[in-house]
Amino acid sequence: MGHAVAQPPRPPEPAPSPADDERLARRSPVRRLLGRPELGALLGAVAVFAFFSVAADAFLQASSFSTVLYASSTFGIMAVGVSLLMIGGEFDLSAGVLVTTSALIAALVSYQLTLNVWAGVVVSLVLTLLLGMVNGLLYVNTGLPSFVVTLATFFMLAGANLGVTKAVTGNVATDSVRDMDGFDSARAVFASDVDLAGVNVNVTVFWWLLLVAAATWLLLRTRTGNWIFAVGGAAASARAVGVPVARTRIGLFMGVAFCAWLSGMHLVFAFATVQSGEGVGNEFFFIICAVIGGCLLTGGYGSAIGAAIGAFIFGMTNKGIVYAEWNPDWFKFFLGAMLLIATVVNLIVRRRVERAP
Amino acid sequence: MTSTKGRSGRGRARGAAAVLAAGVLVLGACSGSGGKKAEERESKAAGGASGPRLKIAMVTHSGPGDTFWDIVQKGARAAAAKDNVEFLYSADPDGGKQAQLVQAAVDKKVDGIVVTFAKPDALKDVVARATAARIPVVSINSGADVSARYGAVAHFGQDEAIAGEAAGREMARIGAKKALCVIHEQGNVGLEDRCAGARKTFGGQMQNLFVQGTNMPQVKSSITAKLQADKGVDGVLTLGAPFAATAVDSAKEASSDAKVGTFDMNKDLIDAVKDGRIWFAVDQQPYLQGYEAVDGLWLLKHNGNVLGGGRPVLTGPAIVTKANAAALEGFASRGTR
Repeated sequence: MGHAVAQPPRPPEPAPSPADDERLARRSPVRRLLGRPELGALLGAVAVFAFFSVAADAFLQASSFSTVLYASSTFGIMAVGVSLLMIGGEFDLSAGVLVTTSALIAALVSYQLTLNVWAGVVVSLVLTLLLGMVNGLLYVNTGLPSFVVTLATFFMLAGANLGVTKAVTGNVATDSVRDMDGFDSARAVFASDVDLAGVNVNVTVFWWLLLVAAATWLLLRTRTGNWIFAVGGAAASARAVGVPVARTRIGLFMGVAFCAWLSGMHLVFAFATVQSGEGVGNEFFFIICAVIGGCLLTGGYGSAIGAAIGAFIFGMTNKGIVYAEWNPDWFKFFLGAMLLIATVVNLIVRRRVERAP
Repeated sequence: MTSTKGRSGRGRARGAAAVLAAGVLVLGACSGSGGKKAEERESKAAGGASGPRLKIAMVTHSGPGDTFWDIVQKGARAAAAKDNVEFLYSADPDGGKQAQLVQAAVDKKVDGIVVTFAKPDALKDVVARATAARIPVVSINSGADVSARYGAVAHFGQDEAIAGEAAGREMARIGAKKALCVIHEQGNVGLEDRCAGARKTFGGQMQNLFVQGTNMPQVKSSITAKLQADKGVDGVLTLGAPFAATAVDSAKEASSDAKVGTFDMNKDLIDAVKDGRIWFAVDQQPYLQGYEAVDGLWLLKHNGNVLGGGRPVLTGPAIVTKANAAALEGFASRGTR
């Protein structure tokens, strides 16, 4: 099983030419490439890269590139889970604070019970996945829009993050786990720098690439991938042909939770203490990355590679503005403008591809 | 009762003595004056709380989970416990909603209100309503310039510009020539004032850098990027304690020798100051702001005292360096400094 190559369903096209059935027409490799959802994002990334290479002197240094990659990876890891969920047709607004929740669980459990930090890491994985499952179960069982369900869990988690941290530690941040058993090995796994030909690359970059590869394989080479596209494209039809819709959706929410756990562990072992108020607002950046990367807000279309490119564009823009040393008062304006340009390039490319015979 | 019925004369006399002795004992146990109880009563009247229990509400512009406001609350609660005050805390970063919370306190007919004038115009009317209802208002933290005009009896806070100037002098003292001022919340006037004040006394060149304060990896990579882009930067001034530790990481990553100084304090920071990883911290003593506000209202109610003579009472800047860090360590580790 699982060897059927799934071509992601493309968005509705203009009326097919009457003579031949376009579903059976052979397409040249070039046309197939142009039909990929991530192509527009790729061109957008090239444009942003070229722009900052000219605008910012320091942008092209290898060390700068590793900083950009690090920034991209911290968005990108979450964007993998979020993009899969969006292809499945849903949103998760609790994704930003779930990262903080996951980090808090690990830090609180290890410190308060004086355990090896790896115990905290494992407890956090289990509880975070459970929270993802709760999101999924709430959505599947209530039938409310995922936007509403996860908005509710977003507020609840944000409140619980603060409430529990304060009740347990008496402060609004966790105690430092830096000098505890297992910290060094956990840091090596979640937050170390790897020397790659003289350039320090943060380990999160490798986690990110690994997740993207795994998600792409899942989407394009397995039956589960077909289910995800089917559930996001037309849930009723998918159910009619026997796709386990509820199970797929719950799995997707748990996928987001897994990514949140990975990001949360990075927070704990990079910064040793976790501020309980962090993470609010980040959920939108993850969605933006997925959208720049070609995921449709309506579901059924997109790719994990696209979301990765989206995160890369976002990271480049975010740090490129700093390298270019533009007036910081305008930072958010520039950020918004660059994102607009990147998404418009993406859109134009896709429209052209769709319009071409 | 002791019964003496049916006993001999000698027995009767012994019984009377016993009654007397018992009476002395009982009287001694129930002394109406002097002794420990009186001491307690006196101390209550003099320094501790006396009279009816007061109810004081504090309404700030804090977002949830902010270390700084946590310490303010601890100070306020400590004063409330000493002064026999029922302390109510609420907060909302949105000016309009903060005004609604103040209105709620007025409706509850509390005995005093503590507010922050972070968005003065939003609070002007509701504070006027509070003073009209004869509820004294004290302001803390922000709004020193409008506090008296809007009817607050006292203001306890740090003048951000003066604190900024102190930070600028510290940056110059540690030998920085070209520095960054890291602003973690865009559009916050207090943070802008700090940077402006620091720029005034620093002497060298100082640039602002914006970072997204709710996302620590982004804070780190932005500071790293700036240090990579401009190798000449040899000093970083952060405006909140958690960002200072991150700036140290960034400097290491960018292999920059930039020295880090910061505003505000927490217990990890004090270790870093002790070890010399962070060069100084400019503390505005939030505990003092909470404590003095509640205690000030209590003094006003009980003795008609007002502190400050209609002018802001400064709670900072208090500079923490390697020299005094060890002395403050214990206070910071219990989360009150």
